[in-house]
Amino acid sequence: MPSSSSRRRAFSAADAGPRVSPEVEFLWWSECPSWERALADLRAAMVENGLDPASIVEREMASEAQAEAAGFPGSPTIRVDGADIAQPAEGMPRGLVCRVYLRRDGRVSPQPDPLDVRDALAARLSE
Amino acid sequence: MSIELGDTAPGFELPGTDGADHPLEAGGAKATVVYWTCNHCPYALAWHDRLLDVARDYADRGVRVLAVNSNDPDRYPADSFEAMSERVEGEGGWPHPFLHDASQEVAQAWGAEKTPHVFVLDGDLSLRYEGAPDSDHDDPTLGAEWLREALDAVLAGEQPERSRTPAVGCGVKWKP
Repeated sequence: MPSSSSRRRAFSAADAGPRVSPEVEFLWWSECPSWERALADLRAAMVENGLDPASIVEREMASEAQAEAAGFPGSPTIRVDGADIAQPAEGMPRGLVCRVYLRRDGRVSPQPDPLDVRDALAARLSE
Repeated sequence: MSIELGDTAPGFELPGTDGADHPLEAGGAKATVVYWTCNHCPYALAWHDRLLDVARDYADRGVRVLAVNSNDPDRYPADSFEAMSERVEGEGGWPHPFLHDASQEVAQAWGAEKTPHVFVLDGDLSLRYEGAPDSDHDDPTLGAEWLREALDAVLAGEQPERSRTPAVGCGVKWKP
């Protein structure tokens, strides 16, 4: 993981002052096809929040052992400064599986609601 | 291995959550839909209501619908027969049977690879469509339109224009 000193800096439109960007991790498993759409949504949310999408740390999970070591609840998973942007659904398997998300309108989806991604980044930046 | 368009689908008889055994061939159906699904896959869950709507909408047109779960329940307890039964009961019942392929032999014989994975058979149980319900799991307004198009063609005695589409979803969870 990069140290905080190596993180890129973002600029707040509100105060025009530099601030340390959060570390944004994207964990994924190739067998679950939703990762591509989720990564595109995450990149868009990064731009919307004034963050550089190139700074996303992408971590592919390729084995159950790797998934367990990473505490991987399913694909895709997005962490901001180590915190998952959503609570894993109860009663669902973990590891190398497609992860269940709930959209804001209550629909089940294999990727997080883009608004939740955007707001998770914004909330971290406002802390 | 997968069945080819025009092939007669392999027969089966599988237990359902309703306590009955359900054969593929029940007689009298003008078309039969068999789709693989499960309890834990977000793709299967996202398309679930659309597939149930198809079963309801086509029931009086001679279409029989069967859902099959073949996932390994040892590694995925959420897909056990007990969990299947609890789910159907918790949802107030489904308009079609939910069958358990515990040995996974039916999934292997049919070449089912994903949840969901949809197969449409004509009145002679020959394969006429295979693939996804529609083009986007995240767009419920699509209403399983590929499946409906296939059923409309089969009921009209025609081959669906779109006969195969990529099944999109979670892989069937095979036993080690």
